[in-house]
Amino acid sequence: MFSEENKMSEQFASFNRSPARDVAFWQGNTALAHGALLAGCDFFGGYPITPSTEIAEVMAEELPKIGGKFIQMEDEIGGIASVIGASIAGAKALTATSGPGFSLKQENLGLAYIAEIPIVVVDVMRGGPSTGLPTKTAQQDVMQARWGTHGDHATICYSPSSVQECYDLAIKAFNMAERFRQPVLILSDEVVGHMREKVTKKDPGKLKIVNRARPSMPPEKFTPYEADPMTGVPAMAAFGDGYSWHVTGLTTNDWGFPTNNASEIEKKMLRLMNKVDRARKDIVEYEMEYMDGADIVVVAYGSVGRSALRAVRDARKRGIPAGFFRPITLWPFPGEELARMALGAKMILVPELNCGQMVLEVERVVKRRSEVRGLSLVNGELFKPSAIGRVIEEVA
Amino acid sequence: MPSAEVLSWLRTRFMPHIWCPGCGHGVIMHALIRSLVGLNKDKTKTVVASGIGCSSRMAGYINACTLHSTHGRSLAFATGIKMHKPELTVVDVMGDGDCSAIGGNHFIHACRRNIDITAIIMNNNIYGMTGGQASPTTPVGAWASTTPYGAVDPSFDLCKLAEGAGASYVARTTIANPKQAETFIMNGIKKKGFSVIEIITHCHTQFGRKNDRRLPMDNYNYFKEVSVPLTKAKTMTSEELVGKLVCGEFVDKNVPEYTDQYGKVIERARKKG
Repeated sequence: MFSEENKMSEQFASFNRSPARDVAFWQGNTALAHGALLAGCDFFGGYPITPSTEIAEVMAEELPKIGGKFIQMEDEIGGIASVIGASIAGAKALTATSGPGFSLKQENLGLAYIAEIPIVVVDVMRGGPSTGLPTKTAQQDVMQARWGTHGDHATICYSPSSVQECYDLAIKAFNMAERFRQPVLILSDEVVGHMREKVTKKDPGKLKIVNRARPSMPPEKFTPYEADPMTGVPAMAAFGDGYSWHVTGLTTNDWGFPTNNASEIEKKMLRLMNKVDRARKDIVEYEMEYMDGADIVVVAYGSVGRSALRAVRDARKRGIPAGFFRPITLWPFPGEELARMALGAKMILVPELNCGQMVLEVERVVKRRSEVRGLSLVNGELFKPSAIGRVIEEVA
Repeated sequence: MPSAEVLSWLRTRFMPHIWCPGCGHGVIMHALIRSLVGLNKDKTKTVVASGIGCSSRMAGYINACTLHSTHGRSLAFATGIKMHKPELTVVDVMGDGDCSAIGGNHFIHACRRNIDITAIIMNNNIYGMTGGQASPTTPVGAWASTTPYGAVDPSFDLCKLAEGAGASYVARTTIANPKQAETFIMNGIKKKGFSVIEIITHCHTQFGRKNDRRLPMDNYNYFKEVSVPLTKAKTMTSEELVGKLVCGEFVDKNVPEYTDQYGKVIERARKKG
């Protein structure tokens, strides 16, 4: 036991001694917070909840150092509300939560969709429903991320499967939120949030940072929701920047005022959906390994992606033609890409830490061309690679 | 007729407004705009935030940086705005249900933090927009569509609630005294800290109709009849004060303001970091 610990502390020491300051040994939540800071995040509002709290703690410590603001709100609803408010005033704002808090945030998430307010919301998933398993992992919020708030909306949601990806996707999430003027979600999970790995930091000088389009016209000519015809995204003025305008959760016309006019309503709704749909190819991300000639394709995301990749690699070593496909964006789901890559596969296996959520999306895109089988684990633990490997062998 | 300057604060393009003829909310909006004009505020540096309800539509009618948010949550949105840009003047307009039922938690914590926001509560004792359901300020015994046999739950004293939670300025008046409303709102905006101005108004459509104050003037006269200035109330016994509405400035104190305090956090973090 002692020798183990000594070994660990030597590892830490070697990181600290490293002349290259561009690496860190972080847990996923810490990496996510640092990625957000690098992306320009200057506001955090939230409420303590396991297993996401470390994100708030890092932000509480780091934000004031750069003149940013951290506020612990009175509840989860206030957390997302403060973040939307700060963004309306021009901030790049983040909130982080877990299952029960994600449920509480849903109504205000809808406001950010309809009023087109860029924010980043992190859900470090734990087991549910309700209080469920606060310290155990799960992937049960996948469909809530897509459909949780009422009404139609276009979801952009990332799923990191490593600590490095927590860092990288936090930056990407802010860039996408700013580009599309809407909420972007990061569905992490307890395993990814709490495990520690090496992170290679990015050089801020070489980083692409996207900032929301600002209006260029004089204030009297400013039409707050008149979208750029190319992107479908309207320019956004911050409160206090010389423009007076109205933000509302009601369906509005281009002036930002409530409308009951059928053509104005439809125009607004379709634009909200299309601004993301038309850029789908820029958003969708996935990772593939061993897909050449794969008969059995394992589709897995987040922490399960790690177990699945190992299982596929082991299967290949045993001569089984297994392949690995990992959606990095859960929404939009890389369905066309999966359907194309898995064409001719005998079986698509979808291991998930839930009772079968993403497997429905896989079934939808595969359209019975291959057999699709879900593999559920809902005991609060992560799949062992062998559990996935056994099924691969069974069907091989 | 309002002055041209007052009219310039109205988004007339978006009228007619949704309020019933004779509604008290217009009196409050006029008092608020007169206060903003009197304090020489800039429309692009003034935020009016609101939640949901008849009162909350006011934000849309005011030509400023306006946010019509979700039911009960406006103070939490306003807190984010004020935190990010403390230089902005932030006013939050709320109804009684918005503020003290669904938004009660945000209200007490905004008081506790003492963040420099001016909250105007338009208390008409009812949920008007949804058709006259009981609110936390519906008087005991009053009719509402959800208390068809009379309300039995005691109502909130919003000023006492604000005082207890730590607001640095707390005042109450009625729409029968618009000049006082203007003065109190001005004092509230000038106060560096969280200010609460409760303005008693009426919903003759949903509340008055079933509670013997059918016409706007019935309500106006009732407010005049039951209002007692704070100075006079101090000389009255508790028996004499039954059924009265005490108006005046209950709290006016100087205590550390939240965004100022957070400014000190930034200083400390920068020294350490």
